[in-house]
Formats: sequence, C-alpha cells, structure tokens
Amino acid sequence: MAQTRLMQDLERQGISRRDFLAFCASMATLLGLPKAAAGAIAKAIETDKRPILVWLEFQDCAGNTESFLRSGHPTVAELLLDTLSLNYHETLMVAAGDQAESALEDTVAKHKGEYVAIVEGAIPGDIDSGFCTIGGRSALDIAREVCGSAAATVAVGTCATFGGLPAAHPNPTRALSVADAVPGVKNLINMSACPANAENIAALIVYYLTIKRWPPLDQYRRPLFAYGESIHDGCERRAHFDSGQFVEAWGDEAHRHGYCLYQMGCKGPATSQNCPNVQWNGHTNWPIGCGHPCIGCAEPNFWDVMTPFYQRLPDVEGIDSSKWLDPVGLGLTGVVAAGAVAHGVGEVMRYRRGHRPPPDDGTRTSGKPREPDASDHEENPK
Amino acid sequence: MTHVVVDPISRIEGHLRIEAEVEGGAVKQAWSSSTMFRGVELILEGRDPRDAWAFTQRICGVCTTVHAIASIRAVEHAIGATPPPNARILRNLIIAAQNVHDHVIHFYHLQALDWVDVVSALSGDPAKTARLAQSISDWPLSSAAYFSGVRARVKAFVERGQLGIFANAYWGHPAYRLPPEANLMALAHYLEALDWQRRFVKIHAVLGGKNPHLQSFLVGGMATPVDPDAQASLNMGTIAQLRQLVAEGVDFVSRVYVPDVLAIAPFYKDWFSIGPGVTNYLSYGDFPLDDSADPVLYLPAGVIHDNDLSRIAPVDQGKIDEYVTHSWYDYTMGDDKGLNPYHGQTNPHYTGPKPPFKRLNVEEKYSWLKSPRYDGAPMQVGPLARMLVAYGTGRPSRARQLIDSALKQLGAQPAALFSTLGRIAARALEAQVLVESMGMWVDALAEQMARRDFRIQDTSRWDPGTWPRECFGAGFHEAPRGALGHWVHIRDGRIAKYQCVVPSTWNAGPRDARGQPGPYEASLEGTPVAKPEQPLEILRTVHSFDPCMACGVHVVDASRRELARVRAS
Repeated sequence: MAQTRLMQDLERQGISRRDFLAFCASMATLLGLPKAAAGAIAKAIETDKRPILVWLEFQDCAGNTESFLRSGHPTVAELLLDTLSLNYHETLMVAAGDQAESALEDTVAKHKGEYVAIVEGAIPGDIDSGFCTIGGRSALDIAREVCGSAAATVAVGTCATFGGLPAAHPNPTRALSVADAVPGVKNLINMSACPANAENIAALIVYYLTIKRWPPLDQYRRPLFAYGESIHDGCERRAHFDSGQFVEAWGDEAHRHGYCLYQMGCKGPATSQNCPNVQWNGHTNWPIGCGHPCIGCAEPNFWDVMTPFYQRLPDVEGIDSSKWLDPVGLGLTGVVAAGAVAHGVGEVMRYRRGHRPPPDDGTRTSGKPREPDASDHEENPK
Repeated sequence: MTHVVVDPISRIEGHLRIEAEVEGGAVKQAWSSSTMFRGVELILEGRDPRDAWAFTQRICGVCTTVHAIASIRAVEHAIGATPPPNARILRNLIIAAQNVHDHVIHFYHLQALDWVDVVSALSGDPAKTARLAQSISDWPLSSAAYFSGVRARVKAFVERGQLGIFANAYWGHPAYRLPPEANLMALAHYLEALDWQRRFVKIHAVLGGKNPHLQSFLVGGMATPVDPDAQASLNMGTIAQLRQLVAEGVDFVSRVYVPDVLAIAPFYKDWFSIGPGVTNYLSYGDFPLDDSADPVLYLPAGVIHDNDLSRIAPVDQGKIDEYVTHSWYDYTMGDDKGLNPYHGQTNPHYTGPKPPFKRLNVEEKYSWLKSPRYDGAPMQVGPLARMLVAYGTGRPSRARQLIDSALKQLGAQPAALFSTLGRIAARALEAQVLVESMGMWVDALAEQMARRDFRIQDTSRWDPGTWPRECFGAGFHEAPRGALGHWVHIRDGRIAKYQCVVPSTWNAGPRDARGQPGPYEASLEGTPVAKPEQPLEILRTVHSFDPCMACGVHVVDASRRELARVRAS
C-alpha cells in the first residue's frame, strides 16, 4: 500500500486511517483534526513562531497563487493570519520595490536554514538572458540564493516542478525546473499539476505543521498522499471504462450520461493525482466530472508527451486500443508501451521522449511506488 | 530630480518594473518595463490547433479563462466552426464570472491597501465602524461586535510580531487619508472578500471542472453536456446551484464592493483628476446575445478618441499595429515601423543591462512588452474603456444608470472618470453590471434545457480533415483587463503561426517609434509623490490598471529558425 509508511507516521501521532482519509479527501480544518493533532498544533501556535514562508514567482502565470487563494480548509485568511508567516509573495504582499526586496533579504539573512521557500514558475537557465529579472536580479540568481538557504523548498505547479509550459518544446528560454536550476537543493518537494490543487498545498502545510516533517514522496519527489494513485484508478467513470462504454462525440448520449472519456483523449490512465477524490474548489467538481478529458497536467513534460490532448492514449491495460489508434500524434507518436499497466504508461512515454530519468532510487514501471527512504526526510527541520 | 525605481511592483500578476523621474513632488516622466518572457506562441507552432486554448490559457492564471476564450474563437473563425447556443451561453456565464471575480480580488487584495491603512484600522472604534458601514449598506455583517472581532484578530496578529505580507509597507504614509473606522471596515471586507471569492468561483468549477485553469473549453463549443434528465450533465440541479451562486455574487458586489468604493472615493477626490494619461479608449465588445455571425454584444465595441464620448467609432482591426522601438525584439525591416498582427514578426533580442542591474537604459529598448497602437495612437483598454463605450452608446442601459447614479452620489462629472480613481470606480460598476446580467444567461440555459436543445459543440468541424488546408482566424474577447485578440494561421491541420495582442500590452507597453508613452507611462506623469523612497502614489496609479504582466509578454510570429538565429548571434 502506498500509504503504509505514511499511516505509520500518522498512527504514531494518534491519527487513525479514517481520520487521515477525511483529512486528505475533504481537507478537515486544522481544528477539525483529532484531539492529539489539534493539541499539537495549538501548542505550536502558542509557543512557536509561525513557520516562515517565502513564495517566489518566476516564469509563472500566478495560477498556483490563485489556487492557494482558493484554499478552503484551512482558508487562506487562516493561513495568512494564524498559521504561517508569509514574508514574501509578490502577488499578495503590500510592500513593493525596495521594501519588498528587503523583506526577502531580511528573511534569508535572519532565518537561514529555517524558512520554507515556495517556488512558482520555471527558471530561465541563463543568468544573462534577461528572460526573468526581479529587482534587477536574475531569477536563477534569486532561486539559488533563496532556495539554497531554505530548510525546504516546495515547487508548486508543473512549471516549477518539471519546467512546465515555458520548457515545452522548443523551450525558447531554456526554462528549468527548481530541481535542475538549483542542483542539490535540500528537502525539495514537488507539488505538480497545472495548477497544484489548493487542497493539496494546504494538506502539505497541515501535514508539516502536524507531524513536523515532510511526507513520503514518489520518485518525482511528490507527496504520496496526493500523487500516489492514478486518476484512472480513482475515476468515477472507471466502471464505464471497464464495461467498454465510451463517449464518441461531444454531447452524445454517452457524454450526457457520464461515460468514459478515454476515446476523447483522456490521459487519466497515465496521470497520478488525487483529483477524483479531492476534486477542486471545495469538492465542487473536477475536469472529468465536467465532461472534459484529463490532460495529464501533473506529469513531467505533459505539454509534449500528453499532446495532442484529444488523441487517444495507446495501450492502456484492459483495452485493445489498436482499433482506435490514429496514425499520427505529436506527443504520442512512436509510443509503444505494450503490456504496461495503466500507471506505467506515463513513465514509458516520458522515457521515450528523453525526459531526464528519475532519481536513481529505483524506477517505477510497474505502477508500484518505491518505498520511501531516509533521503526523503533528510534534515527535516525540528 | 530623483530617479525612482519600483521593482517588483507587487500586488499584480507577473513581473513589472517602473522607473520614474520625480521633480517637485510629482512624476515628470515614467517608464514601464516588463521583465519576464516565456515565448508561448513559439511553443504553439506545429501543434494541434484544438489544443491551443490550453496552452494560451496558461499565459495567465489570474484571468484564467481569457486566453482560452480568445483562442477557441480564433480557431473557430479559421476553420469555420459555429458554437451552438448552449456553448455561447455557457461561455458568457464563465466570462462574466471571471470578470466579477477578478474585479473583486483586484479591488480588495491587489489595490485597496494603497488607500487603506491597516495600522490605522487597529485604532478604529467598532461601534463607529458599524455605524459607518450601516450608513452605506444593509450588509448584515456590519455590527459592532463583528468589527470588534476583526480588530481583535488583526491586533493579535500584529502583536505576535510576524507581519508577513503586511510587513515593510507604507503604513502611516501622509497619502493615507481614511479615518480609522473606514480603514477597519475595509480591512474587514478584505478578509471577507478572501472568503467570498473562494465560494463565488465555484461557478467556474461547476461549468469548467476547476479554477484556476478551467478545463471545459473546446474548439467549436464546450465540453459540459447539457441534459435535464442526466445526472452527469448540467441539469436543473445545476441551474439551481448557479442561481444561488449568482445571487451571492450580486449580494456581495452590490452591498459590499460598490458601496466600499463609493465610500472610500470621497476621501480621495483629488484622484479623480490624477492619472488621466492616454485619452483614447478601445473596446472589442463581448457577450454575444445571439448566434448570428455578427451578433449583438451585451457590452458593445467601440473606439473613443480624445475623451469624446459623443463620437464612438467602430473597431477596425486593420488599424492595429505593434511597435518594438523600445522593446527587446528586432524587426527585419527596421524597428521604427509598426506591424499589423497578421503580418507581425518578433525576434526576441535582450539588449538590456546584464543582471544584476540598477537602472535600465530607457533611451534604448527597455521592456519585453511591445507597443500596440490603434491608427498610430496609444489606447487605454479595460473596464473604464468598456464602461465609457457603454456610457457613450447607452448600451447596456444599466451601465449608464449605474454610472450616473455613482457620479451623482460623488458629486462628480463624467470627466472624473478619466483618472486613476475613475478606473477603479469603473471596474466596480462593471462588476455590478455583469454580475446582474448573469441571471439572464442562467435563465437562457434553463430555457435551452426546456426546449431539449442538447447541442454543445459543432461536431461537424471537429475532425481536422474537414478544415481547409490553409486558413486564418482572429478571435476577440474583452478580458477583465481589456481588449484581447488572438490571431492564428493554420496549415495542414497544424498551427503555422500564432499571436496574441493582450490588454496589458496595450496598457503597459513602452514608448513607440514616435516617442508616445504607453498608458501606464502617460498616467504616471503628474502623479504626486510625497516621499520618493515610499512611492505609494505610483502604486495607486499603476494598480488602477490592474496589471497582468504575464499576459502582456509573448512572442509574435517568431519562426523557430528566426529565434535560433537570434539566440545564436
């Protein structure tokens, strides 16, 4: 089970599996957690300084910031006023110019090794390119300094996590992920998706405040509580897939009755994220729920490997896709993943596209997550 | 003469730098520089045009629907797809919700703290605050106990010594003029609006699966099925849900947002004459009300020259040109010429100072934004442009009615709208016009269900085999921040060229070949600056445009070969 290690941690804190699921799925509020956790948080808030965050935006669209604003449990007001000290965030902070930059400089100088850096957006790989400067400094320079002195760095969104849109072919600005731009960055956690789901960002914060360490990660350094299973496995339309009931045209009867979107190009089988469970905007809906296929936004290089978006994914277990396969596809061309199980398809596709191999801590082509190890928790603060 | 640099301009989307010469307590000249570049249009080349909306959507996560809408319209125009009525209605709802949501967030979370002093709010008397709030609106939360609770919460926050996003600000600056009670009321509404926006945006989740980055767009229509008898479709349950969400939106905008703007404005009446800047306005119009090729638009299109509201000219997209005289791009035929987007080209070429740097060389190139011009003239775009066109044309009548009533309440003439405060007021009034209009589209969707019209997409044009081998299209949209256009050239079912001319490019672009400043730059001229080391007033004028820099920056028409050449040189 993907969550075994996680559950051990939680149980050690007196949190039952049932409570944990409620926490992950519907995002129970801080105070809604069981007594032991709530007590620990209350104690932390009373006796500790609130944890310091600095939020850096580089080649971004602010979509993750907007997503963060949608956090419902805890609300963003609670996070900003009661839970965290967000010392730098270009989109939200009141100060501008020199006063903004000095807030960042002070934090880095006075809280070296204590604060958490959150990064949104990709980072142009050349200092002199001029493709992203803030206060006259290059993004690369800022990222290396600020993330280099952080206790941990959280890359939010697929741009910071994997390079994302700016790094899509032909990557005109040599955009890099945080991992590539800041080699050796300590305690990196990747929250991919476009954007990262507010509930998952909040869950990560709650996790850290509650358990005082970072969660177990997958091979892309993504928390298992949010990226441990494929969209396909948790999909509410899975029964239609298994029964061979597919949407064939937009608005047809199958579409109106919520049949499987596989034939319309759904990338759920190759995408790991908890969208089907957590959903979006206070559990209101999610892309497949509204009738559109998953575009695989949480996966590395999805702009290249998951496109054309309306092209059927080849070789998904449980289906003979050969009878539907179109001959040409930009990202899917040449993908041969015969025999791969559902979750493995994405991995195979990525390797075919020459994506950077995952860390050498074991690959996952069988759909089975590797066991988290000590490297996931190196130098956890406090 | 003092040279002031504000970088980063915070409380905006993206990366903006303002440099200004301040003399005699006011800005003499200003330069607006966008300092981030991604190259989205270049990334689009060679891809499936049906995917383009998802790529362009990621130009901006704040106005998260606008580039998707412009993109599907451009591709539909090119391939000859006609969205059915359901798609038009759903798009109108999504667009209106985006505008309303964006305007509220902009006012409270991006703009208000230029006018509202949080530290002063802590000395606000809750009982007096309640009386003030009750005098401007019947909003039910306006009790003394409520304001007392807000004050206590913020006080506890401040006393714990970690000010977070409120640290290092210009609290106590002489340009803050609100009494403590007005500050406390606005601060309470800052926090309420944080909560409200999270709920209101559920309209987007219902119709788009999620927000940010809704995922229900399709070339030729929408992906959300409509069927009153199906559980997995938009049905009568959805209609009821939408009615509820829209009602909450109307409530907040008309009982909190607009009254707050009209209550704060009288303390800052001089700002009705500060920051006028460029005197021309452009709106493409939006919200089609019928399904013809040339539909009636709920917010009409129009061009205004020299602040003259009595003569509103139709829009001719052939008059749009972009200049790169002061932008980090090269034109092959010389940088002093303008190019229409259909013939545009962009070769990115950074010639700015090597980072880290202190000053830009504003005599040369100084921004990643181009300078769009209409008939050679700079144009302001955005809510003010739309409301002025509405006011001048009398359509929709509700816009004129709300503007007249607001002006009367403030004792101001229509000319007061040509200002920093005018842009803020116009945005609030537009939010009210649009949130009130949403019920009409919810009703229209219900009527569609009743007549059992379930079409959501033009399936006849989905297969690229049905498209012309080569085709061109343009898609226009009024985004929260103003006039947005996408141009696409499709060949053999793939994108050959793609380009966007974006609201923040119109407003935030640098000087052109004739040295005409862009709207930000022009509006800053004459803006007072009491303390150059704390340029609060500069933020007021810049924020009044609601900058969205990631939108503004793009590659137009660069072929891969050209970019490679430039990068190699």
